[in-house]
Amino acid sequence: MKAADRILIERRIVFLVLALAVALPLIFPLGLKTIGTPLTKKAYDLVDSTPAGSVVIVSFDYDPSTVTELQPMAQAIIEHAWSKGHKVIATAMWPQGSQMADMAFEDVQNKLGSKVYGEDFVNLGYKVGGMVIIQGMGRNFRTVFPKDTSGLDYDEIPLLATIKSLRDIRYVVSLSAGDPGLKDWILTAHDKFGVAVAGGTTAVSAPGFLPYVNDQQQLYGLMGGLKAAAEYELLMGYEGSASLNMNPQSVAHVLILVLIAIGNVRAWRKRKTARNREEASNA
Amino acid sequence: MKSNLPLILAFVSGLLIIVAAFIPHKPFGMLEETLTNWFMIISSFAILLGQFSLIQVNANRVAQRSPNWQYYLAGLISFAVMVSMGLLWGMEKTPGLLGQGESVAANLGSKPFDYIFENIYMPLSATMFSLLAFYIASAAYRAFIIRTFESNLLMITAVIVMLGRTSFATALTSWIPQSLSFLRLPQLTDFIMQYPNTAAQRAILISAALGVVGASLRIILGIERSYLGGGK
Repeated sequence: MKAADRILIERRIVFLVLALAVALPLIFPLGLKTIGTPLTKKAYDLVDSTPAGSVVIVSFDYDPSTVTELQPMAQAIIEHAWSKGHKVIATAMWPQGSQMADMAFEDVQNKLGSKVYGEDFVNLGYKVGGMVIIQGMGRNFRTVFPKDTSGLDYDEIPLLATIKSLRDIRYVVSLSAGDPGLKDWILTAHDKFGVAVAGGTTAVSAPGFLPYVNDQQQLYGLMGGLKAAAEYELLMGYEGSASLNMNPQSVAHVLILVLIAIGNVRAWRKRKTARNREEASNA
Repeated sequence: MKSNLPLILAFVSGLLIIVAAFIPHKPFGMLEETLTNWFMIISSFAILLGQFSLIQVNANRVAQRSPNWQYYLAGLISFAVMVSMGLLWGMEKTPGLLGQGESVAANLGSKPFDYIFENIYMPLSATMFSLLAFYIASAAYRAFIIRTFESNLLMITAVIVMLGRTSFATALTSWIPQSLSFLRLPQLTDFIMQYPNTAAQRAILISAALGVVGASLRIILGIERSYLGGGK
C-alpha cells in the first residue's frame, strides 16, 4: 500500500472513531460531574453580589459558530442575573450577536416565566466599531444606541431611563469569540470607565485573557469554554446543555490523548527500525 | 496633494486622539468625540462596501467560470435569499416591505429570515466550527511527536491540561491524599494556566502592545503608507 493511501485510510479511521466518541456519550450520557474552578466562581460571585434592581450589560460578541460553548454561558448568566433582580441590557459587537441574545432571552423566559421587555431586559442590537463603540457608550449611551432592535426609541424604554452612560452600569459580562469582544470591554469599560467586567470565551482563547485576572480586577473572573459553562450551571444548581455536552467533550479529549500516544509509539518504532537498518548496513 | 492630504489627515487625527487621552478637556475631548462618531459612521459604510465587494467578486468568478464557480454562485444565491427574506418580511421584531408576514410565519413557525437563520445558518455554522475537532484529532495523531526535550515538555503539559479540562480529571486523581492535593489533575491544570501560561501571555501582550505603538506611530508620522493602497 502506498504511503499516501495509508495516511488517507488512517485519517478516515481517526475521523470515524472520533465521531463515535462524540456521538455515543450524547446518546448514552456517562453522568460525569464537573468540579468548579476559582475563575468561574469569581464571575458567579460578581453577579451574585450585585444588588437587585441594578442595570447590567451582557454583550453577545459571538456568532452561531461558537454557540455550543457560549450560548449555555449566556443562558446561565441571564438566568442568574434575573434571579437576583438585575435588569439586563443586551448589546452585540458581532453582527449575529443580536439574534443570539434574542434566543438566549427566549430560552430563559421559557424556563423562568415571562419577563417584561423594556423593563426587565432589552436588546439594543449590533453596532460596528468595537472599542470605539464602548468609548461612545462611556460618554453618552443614547448617542450609540438611539433605538433598540425593534425600533423603539431610547426614551420609550423604561429600563434605560436611568442610564446616561456606561458608568451607570453595575457590571458587564462579555461573551466573546474573538475580536471585537472581551478585550475591548476590559480596556475600555473597566480601565477607562471603572465598570466591573467579567467574561466568557471559547476554550481556545481563554489562556490569552488570564493576565487580565489580576490584583487590579481588570477582569472579574473568566469562563473558558464548555467546561466553565458547565461549572456555572453547577453553581446555579442545574444541569443544562453544557453539563450534558461535557460528556462527549471529555471522551474526545481522552481519545485525542490516546491518538497522540499511538502516534508516538508508531514514530518511535519507525525510528528504531531505521536505526537498526542503518546499523546493519554499517556492519 | 492626492497622497499628502490623507497623510496630513492621519497625522492630525492621530495626534488629536493621543492628546485627548492625556487632556480630556475642551477642545480635545470634544474633538475626540466628533472623531469617534465619524469612525462609527464610516465603519457602518464599510459594511455596505463589503456587501458590494462580495457581490462583485463572486459575480466575476461566476461570469468567468473560474474553478469551483458553483460555490460562488451558491454564495450569491444564499446572499440574495437572505436579503430578500429580510426585506420582504423583516426579522423577529421588525416589519418588512410586506408587513409582519403573519401568514408565512404561521406556516413556518417564525418569519422566513429567522427560520433560515435558526434552522440552516446556525447548524451549518456550528458544524463548520465543530469540524476543527476532527482535524485536531488527525493532526495530534500524525504531528504531535516527541523528538526533543522541548517537545517532551510541551507534550507533558498538554496531557495534564487536556486531562485536567475533562470531567475524568477528578476521578483519575482523587486517590491522591489531601496533603499532596496540588498533584491532583485539576489543581495542576490550574497551576499551569495561572503561572507559566499567564507569565508567557503577559510577555506576549506587552510585546504586542509595544508593536502596536510602533506601528501606530509609523502610520501617524506617515512612514507606513500601505493603507493608502497603490502597492507601496
